[in-house]
Amino acid sequence: MSPWIIAGFVGAGLVGLGLYALVVNAQPLRKLLAFNLIGSGVFLVFGIVARRGAVGPFPFDPVPQAMVITGIVVAFAASALAVALMLRFAEETGRVTLDPDVWTKPKPDDGAEDQ
Amino acid sequence: MILFDLGLAVLVLGVAAWTIAAREMFSAVVGYVAYGLLLAIVWVRLYAPDVALTEAAIGSGVTGVLLVVASKRLSLLPQADAPPGRGLKRAAAALSVLVAGVLAAAVLTLPDPAPSLAPEADRELAATGLGNAVTAVLIAYRSFDTMLEKVVLVLAVVGVWSVAPDRFWGGRPAPLGPPRPDAALVFLARVLAPIGIVIGVQMFWVGADEPGGAFQGGAILAAMAMIVMMARLTEPPRIDSGRLRLALIAGPAVFLVVGLAGPLMAGSFFAYPAGFAKPLILFIEGFMVLSIAVTLPLLVAGPPSRKGEE
Repeated sequence: MSPWIIAGFVGAGLVGLGLYALVVNAQPLRKLLAFNLIGSGVFLVFGIVARRGAVGPFPFDPVPQAMVITGIVVAFAASALAVALMLRFAEETGRVTLDPDVWTKPKPDDGAEDQ
Repeated sequence: MILFDLGLAVLVLGVAAWTIAAREMFSAVVGYVAYGLLLAIVWVRLYAPDVALTEAAIGSGVTGVLLVVASKRLSLLPQADAPPGRGLKRAAAALSVLVAGVLAAAVLTLPDPAPSLAPEADRELAATGLGNAVTAVLIAYRSFDTMLEKVVLVLAVVGVWSVAPDRFWGGRPAPLGPPRPDAALVFLARVLAPIGIVIGVQMFWVGADEPGGAFQGGAILAAMAMIVMMARLTEPPRIDSGRLRLALIAGPAVFLVVGLAGPLMAGSFFAYPAGFAKPLILFIEGFMVLSIAVTLPLLVAGPPSRKGEE
């Protein structure tokens, strides 16, 4: 087994773990963590494409690597926007969940939004 | 070395599972930072030092600060923790195993010989005057992409600012640190910031020929700005500051102007004139470093939440 195959399996495993957490958790920040796990798994799979494309003087193909760098920066920008939205959402509603069932029940603490 | 790779793989997946399983949000976030650093080692093993630096600086470091700040602010609110039902958990697990399995199968059946653009990247490398092929892809071969990515960063800042309540528009984001920061943190910020600034600029400068570049250098400068703000040595700037906004758009703006001048200077959109490519690339990268160093801390600081006079 060469290192790139192991890294590929790690990428696949990370996408699986992240997908599970994304579906199961109703807390938005945990969803964001899961989204980032999926993202880094995808980058890793793309990274082995770069490693396998080693031809000529480089031990890698620089084009996928450059795209992964771009991807990491864009993923951060998306995360920052998500954090801003969820903080404002929590501030407006006094709740930290995206679980639709919670909205139909009475609030756990009615005074929470008056602060 | 195969044992090292296997151990690293188990460690990365284990820490990733911990970030999902941790009961406290804060522990999960700290786990995520450790996970990012371990992932950077995997990138080194894949002969991708540029990606490893970006993952360590942005994927782990700056994202880590963003998540720590967010988890602190969210933990002040009551947590409605309805545990997911068993049916949902089973269905999610089945779906995850299926997707991961398909991906793993795809990894095993990648085409052989692998398609590669490495020969093309190498052939024109001398013309760019650069030694680092990844930097050449980012700033020369795929320059339009990289320019648009900078625009995405500016749009993200606009998006973050736009969730501010109207009454705070033009004000300052909330402070990043506690009202009375630890003496150790203040000391660290005073000692580390000057060193970090030198390292950040150096990483941008050597990025032309060695691993590094505008993203990684800019991210380190951004980290220094954030640590200084966390120690309350300075406050996040007012978002209506003209100089701030100029620094924000300087990178993409200079990049776009050089790109638009391409048809006059070199006969094509986003082309660089022969023999003058490297100075032009470093000129663009300098402004990009400035924009990245300003953008990342602004994204972490969030929307303005007070009037600037306070």
